[in-house]
Order: sequence, then structure tokens, then C-alpha cells
Amino acid sequence: MEDVLNAIVLITNFLIVPGLAYGSQLALGALGITLVYGILRFSNFAHGETMAFGTMITILVTWFLQARGVGLGPLPTALLALPVGIAATIVLVLLTDKWVYRFYRNQKSPPVIFLIASVGVMFLMNGIVRFVIGPRDQTFTDGERFIITAREFKQLSGLREGLAIKTTQGITVITAIVIVIALFWFLNQTRTGKSMRAYSDNEDLALLSGINPDKVVMVAWIFTAILATIAGTLYGLDKSFKPFVYLQILLPLFASAIVGGLGNPLGAIAGGFVVAFSEVSFTFAYRKFLAYLLPENWAPEGLVQLLSTDYKFAVSFVILVLVLLVKPTGIFSGRAL
Amino acid sequence: MIGRLKNFGLFAVMALLIALVGFMQSWSLALAILNLCLISAVMALGVNIQWGYAGLFNVGVMGFAALGGLAGVVISTPPVAAAWSAGGFGIIASLVIALITIIISVAIYSRLKGAGILRVWAAVLVAIAGYFIARIFFEPAVDAIEAVEPAKTGFLGGFGLPIIFAWIVGGVFAAGAAWVVGKISLGLRSDYLAIATLGISEIIVAMLKNEDWLARGVKNVSGLPRPVPYEINLQRSEWFQDWANSMGVSTVEFSSIFVKLCYAGLFASVLLIVLWLSERALNSPWGRMMRAIRDNETAANAMGKDVTSRHLQVFVLGSAVIGIAGAMLTTLDGQFTPASYQPLRFTFLIWVMVIVGGSGNNWGAVLGGFLIWFFWVEAEPIGLWLMDTITSGMAEDNALRLHLLKSAAHMRLMTMGLILLLVLRFTPSGLIPERRR
Repeated sequence: MEDVLNAIVLITNFLIVPGLAYGSQLALGALGITLVYGILRFSNFAHGETMAFGTMITILVTWFLQARGVGLGPLPTALLALPVGIAATIVLVLLTDKWVYRFYRNQKSPPVIFLIASVGVMFLMNGIVRFVIGPRDQTFTDGERFIITAREFKQLSGLREGLAIKTTQGITVITAIVIVIALFWFLNQTRTGKSMRAYSDNEDLALLSGINPDKVVMVAWIFTAILATIAGTLYGLDKSFKPFVYLQILLPLFASAIVGGLGNPLGAIAGGFVVAFSEVSFTFAYRKFLAYLLPENWAPEGLVQLLSTDYKFAVSFVILVLVLLVKPTGIFSGRAL
Repeated sequence: MIGRLKNFGLFAVMALLIALVGFMQSWSLALAILNLCLISAVMALGVNIQWGYAGLFNVGVMGFAALGGLAGVVISTPPVAAAWSAGGFGIIASLVIALITIIISVAIYSRLKGAGILRVWAAVLVAIAGYFIARIFFEPAVDAIEAVEPAKTGFLGGFGLPIIFAWIVGGVFAAGAAWVVGKISLGLRSDYLAIATLGISEIIVAMLKNEDWLARGVKNVSGLPRPVPYEINLQRSEWFQDWANSMGVSTVEFSSIFVKLCYAGLFASVLLIVLWLSERALNSPWGRMMRAIRDNETAANAMGKDVTSRHLQVFVLGSAVIGIAGAMLTTLDGQFTPASYQPLRFTFLIWVMVIVGGSGNNWGAVLGGFLIWFFWVEAEPIGLWLMDTITSGMAEDNALRLHLLKSAAHMRLMTMGLILLLVLRFTPSGLIPERRR
């Protein structure tokens, strides 16, 4: 019995908790991508770099606050700096829209032109981030590191396996829940939110009923900036901030958004967790887990790892390929195709 | 006529720029730039075939170029007999099993149309089972191979053939990968091709970095055999010394220039062949059909053109050209370094070349390849100089000045992003626009 409990704790510690945190980060990021797709009708390649930019501003403000001795006690100071990061990112994306995307929108350019423009924006933002903060690793986590440490858990439960929950993981999940509830409340209850959904559903009909497209687009960008900054900061708090990582995270983000159905917010959330849990469970070494569950002399010799962690983004790619082959509109039937 | 004169003038300016480097810096450097310009031009032609002819957005140029580079290793390095006897059988067995698995699961998926969602699960199950069976052979083989003199070899080696063959094989490798990606993502929204190519290129590079048995991974393969003579042999041979003396230059300098000229000759002939073929294709009925599909897919479809399979065809062809260029690059470097494959250098830069040069026009792509590579190389000294001038009023040890000087390298990212956005917005047809017919 105790072996089973140990196995459950082990899998919770190394698979479920990290999966939940990573899934929340992906869900928030994919929501931003899906929002841009629903309203502006293109896949925003610059989304990863928008996340990096927001995180960078948050880090800079965090450092400033830390130097002044301002903090949140057990919580990371970055939460205090987050609003500034969000504001700066909103300004950035609105300027990008004004200088880059609006022109093509007025021209009614095909989506592929938007795509290329967004790749241009991606490199521009990437350059700005590297120029300001440099290409190296930055840690900005402070406050209490753990909600519960492995040793405390062991003492508490008397089990051999420990369960550690990082503060950042807790914050990630809670923030994601709050943001998602707020977003859905906005989309379903407010007038602007409803007009956004109408615009996403059928542009011409929405325009005919007097919805102001400029306002819809602006609100969509503002939400994208908020979601991107929060997702990026949570990701940076949880792991650490490396500018190039935000380029690599683009693939899991797109996979999440497409799995759920591009343009469908609910789908983006589901997709985020599908991708995160597949990635974590495919790269997890099950050796110890099996050793607890199987009879003693059956314990496996190897790591029992399905895929080396070097290939973790291959998991998102395979999921993407499967969805494209089987159901290109995604699980929740977005507006793709 | 005026247009032709302008195009000629643009190429003349380009030649002048390279000559200027020759006079002001050194001829060796000018030729080094020229060689990379030629390779970039071939790569840009490949992207132009995809984008300019068919409007396909490939964000995975890096991956296809890397596959071309891999061909350089596979073809030219001598085989490592010890590694083959240690793990050759296991690797081949696992590859065969993987191939059979793929064939079976694809057959299940495509033949059992009536089974509904069940066929998906069946295909996935077969794939998973095959994966595990393949791994039984694969893992011990990899361990055995990587244990063979890890400091020097630790990989299977290649076929020991002349590296020129790698240029063709590189094209074939890239075409194979492109076929798989295209088969999956073409025929859907244009975004999906972009995302799928982004994914496959990341995975290809990750594989090249981690699969040490194949091409030593991040330990790199250096000292690839050359298609041209070595400087040291030239310097020793008498006829070469006499020749250098008669030209009045030192043997060392002349040998370096001579080798680079040999490369330039090889690359230029590839460029000319590819360019000639592309021009022929573009002006043929096939090219007309491609343009018709690009400009109005629905109309072309109504005229009975199979849009998806034409797209697949052109995507594979373009990727093959990129693969050839990738193999040429490895040949020039004389080494294969997976870590050097960066999306900025290999995907984005090529795109800037095509857009700036003129999408849909082969000559434009070639000019773009030359021009952008030239400025890419010269941007660093210019950027440093610029930063130095801007900050010259500040104290030597001013923190901002030091930061700016240190970050000058990142200016490239911004400049290239800016150039792409500006050209796309203000002169979307590029320097040499597509000919109106």
C-alpha cells in the first residue's frame, strides 16, 4: 500500500505539478495567439517575442523595486512589477499594429502577408530584447521558494517520496485561473466582449450591425499584450528568463492553439494542457515509478523514458501533425480551414 | 529596355561593392564574401521558387539547409569500420523497422477509410509498437558506436566519396523532408505550412545536435575533404611557385586566393545551372500554371489544376535547391557544426534576400542574395563604428557606452527585421520586380 502511495506522490511531484504549471503557461500564451487569430485572422509569429518583451520590462522593474527594498514578502516582487510590464507591452503591440499591421488590414492583404510581417516584427522585438537585457540567463525570483518542500512533506506524511510545490507553480496556476475567468466573463458578459465574438464569427455581419472594427482590433491587441506578459512572466519565474527560449516556445504555443481549434478560447486552454501533459509524460523517466509498483525483481533496468528531454518539442510537433492529419479544425472546431 | 539597363546597373553596383572590399580590405576577404554570396543566391533561389512561384511561406529554411550540410558529412567522411562492426547492424535494423512501421501505419490509415476514428487509433498503436521494437535495436547500437574512440570518431562515418556528390544528395535529403512536411500541411491554411516548417526545422537541428552516432552532434565533424586543392600543397608545388612569382605576389597569399577562386568557379556554375533551370521553368507552361495558381487558387482549381499536388511539387523542388546550397556551405566551411544553424542566419536572412531582391523574379533573388549577404557581413564593422561615433561624447568607462558597444551585435537582428518590414510595406515587389506578362 505504501508503495502505491509513494508511486502516486512521485508522479504528482514530477509529472502532475510541473504539468499543471506548464499547461497554465501554455494556455495563457495560446489564448493570446488564438485571440489574434480570431480577430485579425493570422498566426502571430511575434507572440513569443511579445512574451519575452513583457517579461523583460517586468524584470527590469523588479530589479528596480528590489534595489529600493520594496517587496511582497513571501510572494515574488515580480507580481508587483507586472502591471508596468503589461502597460509597456500594450504600448508596444498597439504601436506595432499602427505601424505594421493596420496598413495591410486596410489593403485587405492575404493572411500570408500578415504572417511575413509578423515574422519581421518577431525579429525586431527579439533584437530589442537582446539589445536591452542581453542574450544571457536572468533569474528574478525572490520571496519564499516553496509552498511545501519535499522534506516537510516527508515528515508530514511519513512517506519515502517527497512532494515539493514551488511558490511560482502555485502562483502560476492561481493566476491562470483568475485570468481565464476574467477573460471569459469579459467575452460573454460585456458589450465589447460580445462584439469581439461577433466580429470573430462573421466579420461582414458584425460590421453591418455597426460594430467598430478599430475598437475590436484594439481591444484584442490589449488582451493579447496582457495575456502574453502574464504568460511570459510566469514562465520566466517558473524556469528562468532566456531570450532564445521564447522563440522555441512558439511551437508548443501554436500546437496548443491548433489542437484546441484556432480562434477558440476554450480550445486554447484545453490545448495548452494537452500539449503540456504530453510533453511532460513523454519525457518523464518512469523507472522509479515502476519500481514502486512492480514486484521487486521486475524493476526495470533502464530509465524507461519514452523520449529524451532534448526532443521535448518534437512532442508538440507530433501532436500538431496528428491534429492536422486527423482533424485540422482542432478538437473544439475552431474557424480554421 | 530601361528596366534591363537598370537591372544590369544593379548587378554592376554589386560587383563594384565586392571589388571595393578587395581594394580597401583584402582580395582574400572579397573572395570569401563572394563565395558566400553565391551560396546565399542559390538558397534565395530555392526560397523564391516556393514563395515567388507559388506563394508558399517556408519558415524552415534552416532545417533544409542543415540536412544539406548533413549530406556533406554522410557522403565525404571515410567510414569508421570499428563503429560499423560495433553497431552498424543495430542501426540498420532499427531504421528498417521504423520504415516498415511507417508504411504499415500509413497503409492502415489510408486503406481503412470505413473504420472511422478507429483507424487513427490502430495507426497510432502500430506506430508506438514499432517505436519500441526499433528502440530495442537502436539504443545498444548507439551506445556501442559512440564508445568507439569518442574523442576522434564515435560515429558511423560516411561513404568516403568525393564531396561534390553531397550537393546532389543534400538536395535529395531536403526534398525528402519537404515531401513529408508538404504532404501533411499543404492543402490546409497557409499558416499551417509555416508552423509545420518551423517545427520540422527545429526538430532537424535538434536531431543533428543530439544524435552523435550520425554526425557527432555538437562535437562537430571537421576536416571534410575538399573538392579543390589544399593551399599547403599548392605552396609546395613548383609550378605554382613559378606562377605566383610571375604574377609578383607571395605564394601564400596567391594560394589562398587561388583556392577561393576554385570554389567560386564551382559555386558559380551551380548557381548558373539552377538559375537557368528556374528561368526555363518559370517561362514554360508549367511556370504559367504555377503563377495562375498563386494568383487565384479557386480559378485555377476550377480550370482543373490540382492545386495541392502542384504546391507539393514546387515545395519539394524549392527545398531541394535549399538543400544543395546547404551542402555547398558545408563544403566551403570544411566542417559540419550543428550549433551554427540559427533561424536568424538561415531562415530569416534568406527571406530578407528574396523580398528585397524581388519575389517572383529569379534575377531579383540572386541580386538579393548578393546584396543582403554583403551587408550582413559588413554590418558588424559598420554597427560598431556607428555605436562608437554615437557614444564618442561619453566617458570611456560610461556604463551606457559600454553596454551599447557590447550590444552592437544585436543590431543586426533589428536592422534585418526593419529592412524586411520597410521593403514589404513600401516596395513589396523588390529591387527587380517580377516581369509583367
